[in-house]
Amino acid sequence: MSPSKNDHKTMTLKLIVWRQNGPNEPGRFETYLAREITEHHSFLEMLDVVNEDLIKEGKEPIVYDHDCREGICGTCSQVINGLPHGGQTRTTVCQLHMRKFKDGDTIYIEPWRARAFPILKDLVVDRGALDKIIQAGGYTSVRTGAAVDGNSILISKEKADYAMDAAECIGCGACVAACPNGAAMLFTGAKVSQLAELPQGKVEAMERVNSMLGAMQECGFGNCTNHYECQASCPKDIDVKFISRLNREYLKALVF
Amino acid sequence: MILDGKSPTGPIENTWDKHRFDMKLVNPSNKRKYKVLVVGTGLAGASAAASLGELGYNVETFCYQDSPRRAHSIAAQGGINAAKNYPNDGDSIRRLFYDTVKGGDFRAREADVWRLAQVSNNIIDQCAAQGVPFARDYGGYLDTRSFGGAQVSRTFYARGLTGQQLLLGAYSALSRQIKLGTVKLYPRTEMLDLILVDGEAKGITIRDLVTGKIRTHVGDAVVLCTGGYINVYNLSTNARGCSATAIWKACKKGAYMANPCYTQIHPTCIPQAGEYQSKLTLMSESLRNDGRIWVPKKHDETRPANEIPEEDRDYYLERKYPSYGNLAPRDISSRAAKEQCDDGRGVGPGGRGVFLDFRDSIKRLGEDVIRERYSNLFEMYERITDEDGYKVPMRIYPAPHYAMGGLWVDYNCMSNLPGLFVLGEANFSVHGANRLGASALMQGLADGYFVIPYTIGDYLAQTTPGMLKEDAAECKASMDEVEGSVEKLLSMGGKRTPAEFMRELGTIMWEYAGMARSAESLGQAIEKIPVLREEFWEDLKVAGAGSELNQQLENAGRVADFLEFGEMLCRDALNRDESCGAHFRVEHQTGEGEAERDDENFSYSAAWEYKGNGNEPELHKEPLTFENIHYAVRSYK
Ligand SMILES: Cc1cc2nc3c(=O)[nH]c(=O)nc-3n(C[C@H](O)[C@H](O)[C@H](O)COP(=O)(O)OP(=O)(O)OC[C@H]3O[C@@H](n4cnc5c(N)ncnc54)[C@H](O)[C@@H]3O)c2cc1C
Ligand code: FES
Repeated sequence: MSPSKNDHKTMTLKLIVWRQNGPNEPGRFETYLAREITEHHSFLEMLDVVNEDLIKEGKEPIVYDHDCREGICGTCSQVINGLPHGGQTRTTVCQLHMRKFKDGDTIYIEPWRARAFPILKDLVVDRGALDKIIQAGGYTSVRTGAAVDGNSILISKEKADYAMDAAECIGCGACVAACPNGAAMLFTGAKVSQLAELPQGKVEAMERVNSMLGAMQECGFGNCTNHYECQASCPKDIDVKFISRLNREYLKALVF
Repeated sequence: MILDGKSPTGPIENTWDKHRFDMKLVNPSNKRKYKVLVVGTGLAGASAAASLGELGYNVETFCYQDSPRRAHSIAAQGGINAAKNYPNDGDSIRRLFYDTVKGGDFRAREADVWRLAQVSNNIIDQCAAQGVPFARDYGGYLDTRSFGGAQVSRTFYARGLTGQQLLLGAYSALSRQIKLGTVKLYPRTEMLDLILVDGEAKGITIRDLVTGKIRTHVGDAVVLCTGGYINVYNLSTNARGCSATAIWKACKKGAYMANPCYTQIHPTCIPQAGEYQSKLTLMSESLRNDGRIWVPKKHDETRPANEIPEEDRDYYLERKYPSYGNLAPRDISSRAAKEQCDDGRGVGPGGRGVFLDFRDSIKRLGEDVIRERYSNLFEMYERITDEDGYKVPMRIYPAPHYAMGGLWVDYNCMSNLPGLFVLGEANFSVHGANRLGASALMQGLADGYFVIPYTIGDYLAQTTPGMLKEDAAECKASMDEVEGSVEKLLSMGGKRTPAEFMRELGTIMWEYAGMARSAESLGQAIEKIPVLREEFWEDLKVAGAGSELNQQLENAGRVADFLEFGEMLCRDALNRDESCGAHFRVEHQTGEGEAERDDENFSYSAAWEYKGNGNEPELHKEPLTFENIHYAVRSYK
């Protein structure tokens, strides 16, 4: 067959990376070179190469979160040149490829920065606060074994699609990192909207919105002042309409 | 030793009901006195922990990720099977049972498969009640699609994100129990040892991945839901953190490892682009519903794909398997792709790829319909390859994907060590030598929601709670052992990184024990792995310290375990001197290159007992008998 259309040219990039030894330690930027990178390397594979070099030089590799490397687990979390996940639409860091960069580029890499996400080390933060919000009410209270037949409650395709649009959130926290107030409104709004839209979740909609918003505040997330940076940075393009829905659900709960 | 799977007897359709009645129950007010340690929060673990917490047990659950929601189940795309027969196309529990046993090439226990098929319908109901937004048709009814290895439409799905939605459902149920205080969660925690008291599993030793602290957790039973070991091939469709560590540590403590050689190579993955590559990305096989697979007929084809006329294309799956065509089961499709590439007709860099072409279905259905069905997959493909699958055919190649083997368990999902239960991909139970698409999600949730809540009670009802205390000698010994091995990993001061060793092991596994195996290739692997293992323990370099977040150290530990486990896999493959399902021994094939089973000699599950490093493990056999389905040659022609 014909040779690949992308013959491998390599690039060298300058990385300026946030390093921090622990939660209460001061952080600093360090500069590294990424060598022999091709356009087919993913961003994380590029960092893998840098880390292998660092280890060989007897230095500590850069610590960063990752797992699935296919844009679905929500583990990877880096601010690249000021933008969570690097700013390519609908793309997580692990799905970002080096063809988006050119030889000689300088790249700034930082962790998520938000009051509710303390830094654990280098680029790794603690996002346990997002779990706390779900624990406060992001569920329907069905017991195992208590469910009725899946087709006994019909759900219009429109509603199912709306719920699915909201449910696609991967819980990475980019929305929080992008928000000037460090708010988790898009994350919370998506879950509230998904469940409020479906008949199975509607029953508990009022308690849910109250307790999830309560948890949000307790965890130190800020308030929404309509910057909409969250949707712009969201790798799943979760719509800010779910924030309006969250507000409506909250008002409903107040009125009743 | 001959192992007994403890299948209930009698007519198969009554076995589970009868067994449920026969099992002992724990009095409701006593349940909170029992502590259950659930390791893993994927579909199997999250559903188990949530259901056990709900029943009133005192549950602790662990995962290595920062949140239970990130377990690798999240990545499943295509869907989940159930025998609902909503489309009225001839499905039934019996047919799902039949397809699964046949798909597994007659190497699974009948009663376990029956139960799986039976509870499959409850799973869909449970998930719908949790608010899982399954795809619906315009009437508001649940929609289904067909998947490889089945002729009925029984796969429920949520866009291309079924695993994500099911896991978020289980995670939400788990979160509810965490809030209620019945379940305590330990994220960023890795299990590194199993603690036994008089041969029964009563605790685990873990490393806190943030602080590096090593600690024991004690309980009355341990439930491992730690996923599959396919990363033994280094490059696979699994997340980077997936490992054999938990099940291997249990194996070293006496739990038997069953059928490790049954490894599934998935036919539709994006081909590897370079040496540095860290993972292979799966393109859901649901794509095979609408995509046609082909390679050029000519060896020296140089025209771009779209300019190759019909007569110069070889739609080899449609040609070889006319009744299943592009939906032939995974093992068959993967081997067929390899054959075409070995024959020099592969496409793309290095010639390791075949086309998956949507041209005809776009013509027939319109691009919008294809977009509606698979847009996230096309997007993912484009991000990785920079090619537009709507315009040029995708290139795909098989990649290691799923582990049918795992710890041996009986009908109760309990291993040979009393008190040690194993669920989901970590056990070996229902898929035999080959798993059908959309059946792993079903199994994980079946085990967690509908099996363990019953079977664990039968065990606990016969034990006294609180047998192991944290200050017991068993705990101290286990902690010392784990601390010792962490120190050893850090002290080598060699030159090669854990990643380099893993790449080398992966290459050995793929070359000598991959899609096609022979006594000769396996023999070579069994020679090479111990050599690499020795080099590992001399030349390893791990940066940083043990008392901090240290990903190199975590990885080194997992590689060390793979270096031992990989050898056992090869020994199992060598012992199984037949071809069956995904296990293809080149010595055993028909004239047409299909797998040839040897039921007379190999109709058993192989359960291996660890006998120390470098020593041959001991083989125990669980004979398989088929009373409800007759052995047949698996044919998809
Ligand atoms: C890309 C992809 C697509 C797939 N698509 C489908 C599909 O469409 N349909 C289908 O049926 N199946 C599919 N599968 C298979 C299916 O997703 C898995 O088999 C299944 O989800 C496994 O679930 P599990 O709960 O057993 O394990 P996992 O989801 O892998 O969970 C393992 C858990 O164990 C924890 N863990 C592991 N080791 C340790 C340790 N040592 N200490 C502490 N915790 C540990 C992890 O943190 C995690 O929480 C797919 C698989 C992949 C990789
Ligand atoms: S590593 Fe899973 S989303 Fe990036």
